[in-house]
Amino acid sequence: MSLRGDTPQGRTVMPTAIIRPMKMIWLQRLVYAVAFLLPLAPLSSARAALTIEIIGSGATQFPVAVVPFRAEGGLAQPITPVIASDLARSGLFRMVDSGGLNPLPHEPQDLNYSIWRARSADAVVIGSVSPLSDGRYDVRFRLMDVAKQVQLAGFSYTASAAQLRLTAHRIADVVYETLTGAKGVFSTRVAYIVKKGKRYELQVADADGYGAQTVRWSDEPILSPSWSPDGTRLAYVSLERKKPVVYVQSLTTGKYQAVANYWGSNSAPAWSPDGKILAVVLSKDGGSQIFFINSEGKGEPRRMTFSAAIDTEPNFSPDGALMLFTSDRGGSPQIYGMPVTGGEARRLTFEGSYNVTPRFSPDGKSFTFIQRNGGRFNVAVQDLTTRQVQVLTDGVIDESPSFAPNGRMILYATEARGRGVLSAVSSDGRVKQRLTEEAGDVREPAWGPYPK
Amino acid sequence: MNRLLTATVIVFLLALAGCATTPSEQAGAAVEDRGKPGGPPAAPKPADVGAKPLVEKPVGAAALKDPGNILSRRSVYFDFDSNLVKDEFRPLVTAHARYLQQNPGTRMRIEGNADERGSREYNIALGQRRSEAVKQMMQLLGARPDQIESVSFGEEKPRTTGHDEASWAENRRADIVYQGE
Repeated sequence: MSLRGDTPQGRTVMPTAIIRPMKMIWLQRLVYAVAFLLPLAPLSSARAALTIEIIGSGATQFPVAVVPFRAEGGLAQPITPVIASDLARSGLFRMVDSGGLNPLPHEPQDLNYSIWRARSADAVVIGSVSPLSDGRYDVRFRLMDVAKQVQLAGFSYTASAAQLRLTAHRIADVVYETLTGAKGVFSTRVAYIVKKGKRYELQVADADGYGAQTVRWSDEPILSPSWSPDGTRLAYVSLERKKPVVYVQSLTTGKYQAVANYWGSNSAPAWSPDGKILAVVLSKDGGSQIFFINSEGKGEPRRMTFSAAIDTEPNFSPDGALMLFTSDRGGSPQIYGMPVTGGEARRLTFEGSYNVTPRFSPDGKSFTFIQRNGGRFNVAVQDLTTRQVQVLTDGVIDESPSFAPNGRMILYATEARGRGVLSAVSSDGRVKQRLTEEAGDVREPAWGPYPK
Repeated sequence: MNRLLTATVIVFLLALAGCATTPSEQAGAAVEDRGKPGGPPAAPKPADVGAKPLVEKPVGAAALKDPGNILSRRSVYFDFDSNLVKDEFRPLVTAHARYLQQNPGTRMRIEGNADERGSREYNIALGQRRSEAVKQMMQLLGARPDQIESVSFGEEKPRTTGHDEASWAENRRADIVYQGE
């Protein structure tokens, strides 16, 4: 655990674990954040009590209490219910009851640690909301260690009313990262397709399903949304021209353009990590083969695979050196890997007769994919080194797996009562959650990157 | 039910094919005509009853919509995980290939489809393989490659939405769509 360095008492240095979220906040100019200039107790002593490796054998839920913030009751969007819901949804936290206290603690000196020990909370989130003269709000929180009676993290944010929900996700991210050591993904977004009657909508929503916005809609199917690495663009396939055509759309301007519209079918877009190249599947030369194109649709496609079989579903490794894809060149659809510079493809999956839709984990050490077992299609993960396969889900038709940017969860599509719904499973298979209501027919989810 | 319907349609098509192929075989298209050894008994050949081939006009666009003409039949069905154009669909494919040959300015799109099982993108590729199989056969029968664009809808535009073998069979299909239709 190198995420939390020792912090000498009295220095106004933030724990390193919190620096990255701070940067994101600064760069996005969404909220203005400053660290509390408060004495920080040496964290090395706190580490033993709080650094819990959640993922892995013997995983436990971290008991944490989130106390309603001072003055949040008057907000259209109270903060703490969002924080608590984020943390609970991850499956890594057990929410400790914070009711029955009068007055509620909002500052460290208000905390009666014996109460929280009695309630078996290991950490408590406290804070406050204050309206500013310009109509915005000052939101501040502290994460307190009950055993050591020290502050683990503390920030203040300046947020407009519309940013309160995002601020809550940022706070949940800090709590998550401080307590688990992995970056939080609560302030990331997901893209997916909703089918409403005959209408197909490409939507983008917060990772908790709120704030859904329709990016594009059509009376013809839309599929295979794929996030640009910087989260500003989506590539996808639309059949609106009576054939599959690959589009790229800016999420900031809403403008879209066809980037692959060649003779035949154009599909399965995947971004290179630098965002400059899109791997796509084109049938212009006959068959379905993988090509690289400029992500702005300029220049000629460069053919990458040369088989008489189906080669599809390309996916780049995070370092951009390798490409995974699905091919039936061996007689059944299996997952292959090859260098992006070209060269020989190596078969990676051997269990079963149907392994498709490979997607790298963010650390590049494993990939998730769909494996058919009997009549079922399920989400699995394979370690690239050991080739060990773990099947994570047990639905009838599970599809389109994609890793959260921290690698801890996998978002996928499944079916419930005849309708498509989105679900997520932790990458160790322990935690499962359903992300959406069964209001529409939802499919083709793609978990977006960290905001930049 | 679908299977029964399909079988009925096929028998009907075979009977039609027997009539429709006769005139143009005179035009020299060396089409293998042994597609019915196990099938229903062939209808009496027009020649046996004094056919009037001159009555047959060159096939015009109206034939494409004429329910009595094989050209109004537009769907080729496939077995699971297969892109083999089965013998029963050869007359249909042959008729359309001949139509393209006779109407060099005509263009068509062949839309491949797959059943709902499995990956959507892999199913796009499976549908593509089916549409290309039909295109290839039409090319062998005299159509020009630039007259036919093979595309795929994968599992995205199912004709029937059931989750059973009959529905899946209905959706493992390539459809012929002429330009402007």
